[in-house]
Amino acid sequence: MSIIYVLLSISVLVAIVFFIAFIISVKKGQYDDTYTPSVRMLFEDELVKEEPSISKTKENKVNSNI
Amino acid sequence: MTNCFHCGDPCVDTVIEHKEKTFCCHGCKTVFDILQESDLGYYYDLDENPGISPQEIEGKFDFLDNASIVEKLLEFDNGTTQIVSFLIPSIHCSSCIWVLENLNKLNSAVKTSQVNFPEKTVRITFSAENTNLKELVLLLSRIGYEPYISLENSEKKEKHIDRSLIYKLGVAGFAFGNVMFLSFPEYFEVQEFWLDQFKNMFRWLMFAFSVPVVFYSGRDYFTSAYKGLRSGILNIDVPIAIGIAVLFIRSTLEIIMDWGTGFFDSLTGLIFFLLLGKFFQQKTYSYLSFERDYKSYFPIAVTRLIKNKKGTVKEEQAEVYKIQKGDRLLIRNNELLPVDAILIKGNALIDYSFVTGEAEPVSKQSGDKLYAGGKQQNGILEVEVLKPVEQSYLTQLWSNEVFSKDKTGIFQSLTDSISKRFTVAVLSIAFLSTLFWMVVDPSKAFNVFTAVLIVACPCAIALAAPFTLGNLLRIFGNNKFYLKEASIIEQMAKVDMVVFDKTGTLTTNRKNTITYEGTELTKQEKQLLTSTLRASNHPLSRSLYDILDKHNIHTLDQFEEEVGKGMFAEANNATIKVGSFTYVKNTSEKQQQLLEEHKKTTVHISSNEEYKGCYVFENEYRYGVAEVFEELSKNKEVTVLSGDNDGERERLERLLPSGTELIFNQKPGNKLEFIKKCQQSGKTVMMIGDGLNDAGALKQSDVGVVISENINVFSPACDGILDASVFKNLVQYITLSQKSIKIIKWAFLLSLLYNLVGLSFAVTGHLKPVIAAILMPLSSISIVVFTTLFTQYISRKLRMNINKQS
Repeated sequence: MSIIYVLLSISVLVAIVFFIAFIISVKKGQYDDTYTPSVRMLFEDELVKEEPSISKTKENKVNSNI
Repeated sequence: MTNCFHCGDPCVDTVIEHKEKTFCCHGCKTVFDILQESDLGYYYDLDENPGISPQEIEGKFDFLDNASIVEKLLEFDNGTTQIVSFLIPSIHCSSCIWVLENLNKLNSAVKTSQVNFPEKTVRITFSAENTNLKELVLLLSRIGYEPYISLENSEKKEKHIDRSLIYKLGVAGFAFGNVMFLSFPEYFEVQEFWLDQFKNMFRWLMFAFSVPVVFYSGRDYFTSAYKGLRSGILNIDVPIAIGIAVLFIRSTLEIIMDWGTGFFDSLTGLIFFLLLGKFFQQKTYSYLSFERDYKSYFPIAVTRLIKNKKGTVKEEQAEVYKIQKGDRLLIRNNELLPVDAILIKGNALIDYSFVTGEAEPVSKQSGDKLYAGGKQQNGILEVEVLKPVEQSYLTQLWSNEVFSKDKTGIFQSLTDSISKRFTVAVLSIAFLSTLFWMVVDPSKAFNVFTAVLIVACPCAIALAAPFTLGNLLRIFGNNKFYLKEASIIEQMAKVDMVVFDKTGTLTTNRKNTITYEGTELTKQEKQLLTSTLRASNHPLSRSLYDILDKHNIHTLDQFEEEVGKGMFAEANNATIKVGSFTYVKNTSEKQQQLLEEHKKTTVHISSNEEYKGCYVFENEYRYGVAEVFEELSKNKEVTVLSGDNDGERERLERLLPSGTELIFNQKPGNKLEFIKKCQQSGKTVMMIGDGLNDAGALKQSDVGVVISENINVFSPACDGILDASVFKNLVQYITLSQKSIKIIKWAFLLSLLYNLVGLSFAVTGHLKPVIAAILMPLSSISIVVFTTLFTQYISRKLRMNINKQS
């Protein structure tokens, strides 16, 4: 049953790793603004779509904006 | 009517057709073009009509040429890379975030830009080699996102965000979860072989988890209890601190002596729940600031005129703080005068509504004294400085001792007052039962003494107020009433006197009621009048022009404007005079006297040298003013405290219920003194105001609330901000706060019941760790549920209103 020492230390270690990750994320300011990232997440695709051909977009402009 | 494709406003005067879209003005169209050229058209797909019509910015940001000002605004600067943060009040939707975060498409020198939506700020990293701050600001302004830069920005303050509560909560929650797991086996099987084998290790692990919880997370309770005891107050933290200390000491003793498992699970749970309550109470509105003073209104720089030896005059952008007595300044149209000064040149028409509460702009002649805080409304001025910004008439208000006092913590909260009796009761029960067991069975005495203190730890009592008030704070926030902190609600429930400011608080900023008195104007005369008014920039002309029919506008053959008097115009052989009574000249003296008596704002008109009549301007009162006063005066004293003259006295008396005290001609200092006097006579005063002139009174009052038509516009230091659209709900908010106090009292009763149950276990010496571990979370959670349900119940009417609106 001495395996329980190993298991226990592993479980505590894993818990502590997550705890440290939490502290670091708070320290970096991840919880300061909880709203903007949720909106920003939805933009990414659109940027990629627009970049490839700038010359072509002139025609598409009118259509894409209705 | 069509709406603007860019900003969504109805196109009133002009409709610009461009690329199959309609725009209300050229500003909006320009923004559309800029975004289209840079392939940022997606802006319009994200939200419907997301744009903001750009404002006139000619010369407004010239001060950014001054290197020392730029240096103060930059957050970081290493010569090539610079970082700056702007507050942009017009950020309001996801399109705003998108376009601001794609600034690099509009200006390639921008490396990254990041929006913080709740705070309405954007943080821009740019390369200083290819652009400068001024270009950046102009770019933002051109697309409708004008940064707000004020005197406040010139003081570099360390941005310090206090995250210690989150850390403490994290530590407590982490330990609570782990300790629960570790103590679980011993809840049920105590005699099992393997459990017996490992129980010491489990117990010491629990101890290890509890140490940081007690000494880090629970630290505030010890310091607060100590501070309370030193000033002779038994606050709620005293029994909590005793409870925590006893729990920890007894549990440690138990595992050392091998008496039992101890109460580490209850200990960590208790602190976790208490901190959760604290966290919940802390609702902040990051884009609102409740601590503003004149610095957020004043510009960071003004144009200073410097005469060199040759006699030529040079303009220079100077920091406001560096302005000295005797300097010559240039004040442009719509600029704010930051110092006391003497008018040298120009037609001054100063809007003091912000500083004094006077509704109408006043015209000044050269040689007159101008006070800081006034806004020029008519052309360019040249002034000579009398007093620098810190010594000006307006800013001296902030040297009053009220502003250095911290209002929080002066009054005794409901929780504190109950905890006094509670602590005394618990301590006496603890000692009495110990005494009893000393006689009957001394071996149990220590057990019982500590058990009583553990079980009586007023966790549920301490949670009642934070959760009730925190809930209500959120409900208020959803209903456009934003409070600085939860304790304000408790204060609000006690209010027995409400003082209102007039201008801007009871009256709206937007509209005037304009009525015409005199002989009817012919069609031709009306047309001429409209054409004349169109040429003038005077605010009265503008608002009169807005209500008149704007068809058939003629070009004038002749137009003359005499500032402060009126104007004369001629077209198609017809002449018209518009302006003050003496300027327009007429014979019926009687009417003048009548109008003078009432001090009404009037615009007189004569056509072809013949007096016709006048337009009378009256303030428009907010929707629901009469009802609010009616309701309030039922059980409270209501007073109107105005900085304006008593021209509106009669109208107010008609509008408001009898018994409302009306006081006029109050300077900012007078208002403060008035509130102070009322408080000294035992009143709890709520002050409702809007401008800087109320700042002192707001600070002095027990509850200072600012009414704001646009919450993005800044309001002076206060305890709460009320959106003008919900002014009529004011009474409802006060009643709700009174009801919430009742809820707290019921919650106290409920938690006392739990305490009684716990005490019956403790006194008889039967408190097992598992009972404590069940009782503690159960009482806390049921209090949370109880207060949440009831605050939702009492506010159902308000919440229904929101649903209707949406």
